Amino acid sequence: MESVLGRYRNLIILVGVLFLQVLGLAVQVKRTSENESSRLIRIWTVATVTPLEKSLVWIQSSTYGVWHNYLYLRGVRQENRDLKAEIERLRLEQVRLSQDAEQARRLQALLSFKEQYVAQTMAAQVIGSSGSEQSRSIYIDKGNRDGIKPDMAVITADGVVGKVLRVFHSTSLVLLIDDQSSGVGAILEKSRIQGVLRGTPGGEVILEKVMADNDVQPGETVLTSGGDGIFPKGMPVGKVTRVTQGAELFLNIRVKPAANLGQIEEVLVITKKEEREPNVAETGPVRAVDILAQRLPSVPDKPPTPDAAKADPAKPDTAKAGQSPVAGATATAAAAAGTAGGAGSAEVHPDKPVRSASDATALPEGNPAPVRPAPVQKNALATAQPSKPAVVPKTVPAGQKNPVTTLKVADKNPKPAANQTRPEPVTPQDNPQ
Amino acid sequence: MPITYTSGEQVEVYRFNLPITIGVPLVALFLQAFVPRHFHFFTIFDLPLLVTIFFAMARRNPVSGLLTGGIIGLLQDSLTSLPIGVYGIAKTVVGFGASSLGVKLDVENAGARLLVTIGFYVVHEIVYFLVARGMVGLTLEWSWPHELWSALANAVLGVVLFAVLDRFKQRT
Repeated sequence: MESVLGRYRNLIILVGVLFLQVLGLAVQVKRTSENESSRLIRIWTVATVTPLEKSLVWIQSSTYGVWHNYLYLRGVRQENRDLKAEIERLRLEQVRLSQDAEQARRLQALLSFKEQYVAQTMAAQVIGSSGSEQSRSIYIDKGNRDGIKPDMAVITADGVVGKVLRVFHSTSLVLLIDDQSSGVGAILEKSRIQGVLRGTPGGEVILEKVMADNDVQPGETVLTSGGDGIFPKGMPVGKVTRVTQGAELFLNIRVKPAANLGQIEEVLVITKKEEREPNVAETGPVRAVDILAQRLPSVPDKPPTPDAAKADPAKPDTAKAGQSPVAGATATAAAAAGTAGGAGSAEVHPDKPVRSASDATALPEGNPAPVRPAPVQKNALATAQPSKPAVVPKTVPAGQKNPVTTLKVADKNPKPAANQTRPEPVTPQDNPQ
Repeated sequence: MPITYTSGEQVEVYRFNLPITIGVPLVALFLQAFVPRHFHFFTIFDLPLLVTIFFAMARRNPVSGLLTGGIIGLLQDSLTSLPIGVYGIAKTVVGFGASSLGVKLDVENAGARLLVTIGFYVVHEIVYFLVARGMVGLTLEWSWPHELWSALANAVLGVVLFAVLDRFKQRT
């Protein structure tokens, strides 16, 4: 017996070691929850490897930062000019979109529709990967001590990256959306067809569970549907690259991820989501026309002349506007901005004469004193901040002219009293001078 | 053919000091996790496997080889999102096989190392495929061209790596 054991000692040890590993593997596979039995070895390995990765990433980013922030500044001025122009363009677009968003919120509020909002994010740096083709995951430099928890969504500015799978003390493992064990609830932007986004063994991303009778075109954008409870609805996931007939009744839809999953350096972890009904009044009625009006040149105030309105009968609008060229320009800007198409508000129409600045002033009932609007703020977008209070009209001495139009900005959380006393437009003729 | 059959008395058995024994596998694991972040094609390489083959063939002790392979494989598993044990089982088999082969064959030259590494890479992938598919339930696709190309790439890297690691050998 001893001779047999001695002769096959190596083989017996091999079988024993393999048996133990198979047993351990079977236990892990059987458990559906987090494999606590294997957590210790993971902690040890991660604690050994990740400090080296963090150090190298820090050295790398520091060197890169010194070079690009202090030495290599070629083309920065031109880039700065381009970015400023882009900001100007985006500001105008933001106003247009805020109008659309407000309309959507009103409709959602009517339906008592609850929506998830990204309330808080945390930036993290990618420090490493799993190093395996079969496990597509990355390590980030934020962990338990930073408030990261499993199943938090991880995104970039381009789109969805994945979700937090395991959390360690100062690092976390993020499962990418191209891993075959991942799944993201997705919806096609135009056709509104829902499906499940999965990774393939080859590292591609496919949209599953879409019936073959649906019309899906390459190039269509894929968004998160919010159905998985991890990713908020409406985040970009990627674009459809190829649509073929798949097995059984489903389509085989290939998707190119919006985020470059192979070259991610920094990510955002969504640490807090809120689910609430949309607040209709959370954006103020800042109009594109108002922003354009501020950008146009203005003429300084002149002393009031009693016959001003009569002296120039050819310009009734200007006369009505209290001789304010900006108000006239507002009408032009309104037409130019295409406010009727959605960028403007319901208060200004290109085919409707723009009333004077005093139209927007409030005249308390029973108060014979004339009122004057507050001057336009220099930065109109600043008034779009929800935290800014409403601009309250001020009273002015009689005879003083109204220089420009008024921006009405609603408070983020309007009080009932404020809503009830919304100023009614009045004409100059209504003001007893 | 450079591979020659040798008796147990003819082969030289090497040992390594403790920092090398611990440090080299850890560096291999670190590089395997860090480099693909910048160079995605690096995932085709399996540095922990190459280190396993090197230590197993140099020590020429099957028990030492399988334990080395098992430990390195388990550590590699712990960096992935998969259950621990898939790489562990595959590298245990490779460690045992490489050390057993090292006892019988002289694998000190580059040609022998190239062929042995190709062979053990394929063995490793087959065992990994079977375990991952049979026990974990992963959907893996087996592609001979891809596997052979990866095996060749790993073997070439292995020849270079083994030449570097030869400097740390100590005769018993």
